[in-house]
Amino acid sequence: MGGKRKKGESEGMEGDNDSKNNNKKMKQKSEILPSSVKNKEKRSAVHAKLKHQKKVEKRKKLKARDAAEKRALELGEEPAPKQIPRTIENAREADETVCMPDDEELFAGNDADEFSSILKRDRTPKILITTCRFNSTRGPSFISELLSVIPNAHYNKRGTYDLKKIVEYANNKEFTSIIVVHTNRREPDALLIIGLPDGPTAHFKLSSLVLRKDIKNHGNPTSHMPELVLNNFTTRLGHRIGRLIQSLFPQDPNFRGRRVVTFHNQRDFIFFRHHRYVFETKESKQSDSKGKKAKDAKGESIAKEKVVARLQECGPRFTLKLVSLQHGTFDTKGGEYEWVHKPEMDTSRRRFFL
Amino acid sequence: MQHDEVIWQVIRHKHCSFMSKISTGIFCRNPYNVTGICNRSSCPLANSRYATIRDHDGVFYLYMKTIERAHKPNDLWERVKLPRNYEKALEVIGKHLMYWPKLLVHKIKQRLTKMTQMRIRMRKLALKTREKIMTTPRKEKKREARREEKAEKAAVLDKTIEKELLARLENGIYDGIYNLPFNKFIETLDTDELQAEDENEEESEVEYVEGNFELEEEDDIEDMGMKNYHISNDEVADDDDEEEEVNAVKVRRRSKSEKDEPGKKLKKKPRIHVEVEHENGAERQKATF
Repeated sequence: MGGKRKKGESEGMEGDNDSKNNNKKMKQKSEILPSSVKNKEKRSAVHAKLKHQKKVEKRKKLKARDAAEKRALELGEEPAPKQIPRTIENAREADETVCMPDDEELFAGNDADEFSSILKRDRTPKILITTCRFNSTRGPSFISELLSVIPNAHYNKRGTYDLKKIVEYANNKEFTSIIVVHTNRREPDALLIIGLPDGPTAHFKLSSLVLRKDIKNHGNPTSHMPELVLNNFTTRLGHRIGRLIQSLFPQDPNFRGRRVVTFHNQRDFIFFRHHRYVFETKESKQSDSKGKKAKDAKGESIAKEKVVARLQECGPRFTLKLVSLQHGTFDTKGGEYEWVHKPEMDTSRRRFFL
Repeated sequence: MQHDEVIWQVIRHKHCSFMSKISTGIFCRNPYNVTGICNRSSCPLANSRYATIRDHDGVFYLYMKTIERAHKPNDLWERVKLPRNYEKALEVIGKHLMYWPKLLVHKIKQRLTKMTQMRIRMRKLALKTREKIMTTPRKEKKREARREEKAEKAAVLDKTIEKELLARLENGIYDGIYNLPFNKFIETLDTDELQAEDENEEESEVEYVEGNFELEEEDDIEDMGMKNYHISNDEVADDDDEEEEVNAVKVRRRSKSEKDEPGKKLKKKPRIHVEVEHENGAERQKATF
């Protein structure tokens, strides 16, 4: 669409009838900025007209593109390559800490880190869940759901014990992780995952919690060992968090149980979902207008069998965001922080850390 | 004394900047006041001979003022450091305020008691951990909520999970459990009756395949029914790098005919060779950006 022109310019241009030729004048006339018109009715009319023009042009372009593609297919040529829309994930700022597949340092680090013993199945995970000092309305139900999601988890009431004492106690009783659910204003709002014996402490902010009973058509989870799906943990930090989450679950999933727990990282938000799935075959008939396969099967409609997975959601649904990752067990005063979220990290919309 | 009376009359009835009246009584904000109440006998301005105890960084000091120094405001208050021990402090007070009015001495000792108790309690409390309340500006909270919503929309979770599961199915992790597509399974069952032995055998090729860096190194576990799981990392899509991986994982591939039956759940299955090993996940990586 026409470029933005200054108000004074456009008015001046309109004044110069003689010096410009008609075309240019017409073009300039159509480039009146709505903001330069003082009358509200007229201004909204101009704006509406502008929008309509834009819409019409866009539609024309789309039609032209579709027609060109169709033509190319009919002629048997390669259609023009489809344009990829730009998304935030596409345009993400390049991060040098992204894990590369052939990174020896990463493997060595993985061997030597705190989770390797669990992930190598030397220890089976045993989780202790507790709360902050004041419990809340939604806290206990959330905790009971967590207990059903994570196998081999135990719940203890908090009392007024210091967190450091709790860590000691858990070490004595051979737990592998502690999860502390923190509530604020009667809603759980933070999760603290402490690896043991000297594992890192990850502090997550919890939001959008939906309990099982509030989900429509929810399913009831069985007690089979779940499968784990961890998506999109790309950077080194993300990788570490991914391993932390992995160490909460036992390493021998029961595929027959068809239970899947997903932690999906998108733009630094980790979405938790818990499903039961089933594979089914779906017969879909190919119609001519669809895709390239239509060429092979002209005329006959193939009953093509597709395998699809269907999910039934069970269990809670929530979102986590990492606030800080501290090396060693919980020690806010003397601990060494590996990563802390600072507000200045939010300044760019295309920069993510996990 | 005469001077004191005049002072008291003036400040009590006119204006005293240290006085604060609240519903329960009249209090004095003067830091040198022993009891804290606005009283004729407790007012440090209206008594030329006065003493208090004040606390500085956990150390108690006895402050005394006498009429001899009333004209030297700079040197008005004489300070004596009190010992940490409560009884010894009481003795020191007694010694310094020996010939002073009993009422005042009594009030001072009461104050000392109160302050020692407070000091003990404060130190005990400092040892305990207390939750610190941090505030987040509203702007940030709203911004986070907005971003979370958009992120959730961008991550079409159900589709992603389904894709992931299908990919795992393709990869052969669930071999032996499912037999999809169903029709082909029926066909192979029919052919199965013709060639019984061929498919009963497990034709396994032992392939050394490099695993994805995301996957843990695991030992070769060849027990039946032992299954592993692995992380899927959608960003890494380097199939070529498999060969150079450090992790060498043994993968057992099934023979072609057996591969036709990833499938629906069956109650009984013909053969149960589920030697699913640690597979490499690299093949299935796709960038889902």
